[in-house]
Amino acid sequence: MARIQLQDVRKSYAGQQVIHGITTDIADGEFVVIVGPSGCGKSTLLRMVAGLEDITSGTISIGDRVVNGLEPRARDIAMVFQNYALYPHMTVRENMAYGLKIARMSKADIDAAVAKAAAMLELEPYLDRKPRALSGGQRQRVAMGRALVREPAAFLLDEPLSNLDAKLRVQMRLQIRDLHQRTGQTTLYVTHDQVEAMTLADRLIVMEKGVAQQIATPHEVYTTPATEFVAGFIGSPAMNIFDARCEDGAVLLPGGHRVTVADQAVSGDVRLGLRPEDIEIQPEAGNTFPIVLRSVEWLGADAFGYGVIENSDTQVTLRLAGNTHAARGDRLHVALPGDRLHFFSPQDGRRI
Amino acid sequence: MAESVQNPMAPSGLSRTMAHFWMVLGVIIVAFPIYYVFIASTHSVQTILRPPLPLLPGPEAAANYGEAFSGGVGRIGGVSVWLLLGNTTLIALGIAIGKIVISMASAYAIVFFRFPFRMACFWLIFITLMLPVEVRIQPTYKVMVDLGLIDTYAGLILPLIASATATLLFRQFFMTIPDELLEAARVDGAGPWRFFKDILWPLSLTNVAAIFVIQFIYGWTQYLWPLLVTNSNEMNTIVIALKKMISFADADTPWNLVMVTSVLAILPPILVVVLMQRWFVKGLVETEK
Repeated sequence: MARIQLQDVRKSYAGQQVIHGITTDIADGEFVVIVGPSGCGKSTLLRMVAGLEDITSGTISIGDRVVNGLEPRARDIAMVFQNYALYPHMTVRENMAYGLKIARMSKADIDAAVAKAAAMLELEPYLDRKPRALSGGQRQRVAMGRALVREPAAFLLDEPLSNLDAKLRVQMRLQIRDLHQRTGQTTLYVTHDQVEAMTLADRLIVMEKGVAQQIATPHEVYTTPATEFVAGFIGSPAMNIFDARCEDGAVLLPGGHRVTVADQAVSGDVRLGLRPEDIEIQPEAGNTFPIVLRSVEWLGADAFGYGVIENSDTQVTLRLAGNTHAARGDRLHVALPGDRLHFFSPQDGRRI
Repeated sequence: MAESVQNPMAPSGLSRTMAHFWMVLGVIIVAFPIYYVFIASTHSVQTILRPPLPLLPGPEAAANYGEAFSGGVGRIGGVSVWLLLGNTTLIALGIAIGKIVISMASAYAIVFFRFPFRMACFWLIFITLMLPVEVRIQPTYKVMVDLGLIDTYAGLILPLIASATATLLFRQFFMTIPDELLEAARVDGAGPWRFFKDILWPLSLTNVAAIFVIQFIYGWTQYLWPLLVTNSNEMNTIVIALKKMISFADADTPWNLVMVTSVLAILPPILVVVLMQRWFVKGLVETEK
């Protein structure tokens, strides 16, 4: 177990910079999720920590030891790959034992370690099978087991659940969370799935285009997104973000609607962010603005309405109660929740 | 009706019969000369030389095979059939194994290592496809003479083991190995040699088997090169010996023994193919991944 420190880590391919200086300190035993859309450099960052990609500049240290020039095997890490990368010609047992065998551990110790990991992952009945004879979820667990047996300083997972079906993904997510709680292993986890990110992480690194947009707890990321990108990326359905103008304690919305907001400190042109669940529907007009519903998706416990602000083409998503009678064409009066508005700079997208 | 629904390509009765007819005809055409060789090997020279040759095995089988195995065949300089078979086996094995070793090593280097002029090396290997032994026979012969390798097994084997074809086959196979497998092995602590031994080699076995079969037969049937680099009869391969047994005058040629030797020359490759057939087909059509 160990802490992982990244100090201004950069990466360029043939002059093209893909990771733009990431600095963070991952505490011993912490579960950190790197999340972002595809191509944001999240896997590259993980692979740099693993030693599978060179570091162009900056330093990475694992357990107070700078590992920049070290081979993966010397870094005391274990990794789970998206496609599991199990050795197809080896049995489950051999797959899990391979790293230990190379480390010249004694036969008895290897057997004990494999048995322990197999028990933890409920893999005992499959130890003598080849990966080919396993289901996706079982293969995934073998990949986890192969990493677990090593008892590494850090656990690196690269989209480990993205090849599973939705139901299994939820199951495995819980299992990973549970494993982490039991082993207390420092874990770095890459995913593009924000539900995985939110549920697993102690801390999130939200990346876009090789830049860490925000490094914070899931709660902080959700309630106070640092940039417009983070605001739009985290949360489902996505936050409504549109142009607005603040003046004299009021917000000027598209379509010419004007709504006063208490304790309004921002002024000038802004990008206004408003989560679907924060939109308050009022029984009648009065410091509200009208939204015309275009469709309603009923999901059981709740429903989502999709509409536009009247007299504009700005689309807005809002959460409705599960027992709503709202329907297409309805005109809803909506108030702005003064304490849950997000303002971003139209120039650089940063939070104001 | 149900059958044709399941498989619209299923042939009707007539076309199935026709298909079988053509296939049986093909088999007969291919197999008949070999059968004829076998028949001839069971008759005396006199019977063989007096047409027509019978279509059924004759009474001389034991005598012919006995003579071929025990007595040195006079025509080929008193060298026993056993030595000939031994020579040929050694050379065919040497060529097949040598080719596999060399081409696997070069394909491994080209696919998994980054070094300067990597692609140049690849293309150099690639263009040797255009230079088979027959084209470079004179310089190769000169090299063998200078190295004193005439009339040695090394001289018979070495010039034939460099193989662009096998290198390309292995390269293509290696490129289908997912990068993550290599990376997983690196994280597990396997160096280049362990990765090759523990992961690449077991995964390549079917390909190795296929290439082994092809190259064994290639080595077994070599004619021109062994003819050039061997002078002494002790170094002859069975194919060369067959050639030497046949003299210009029909009457001087022990045709019965030639036929026996032919049968013996055919058997080992057939054995290799039959024994390795399953692996061979697997290696050509599928890979374990």
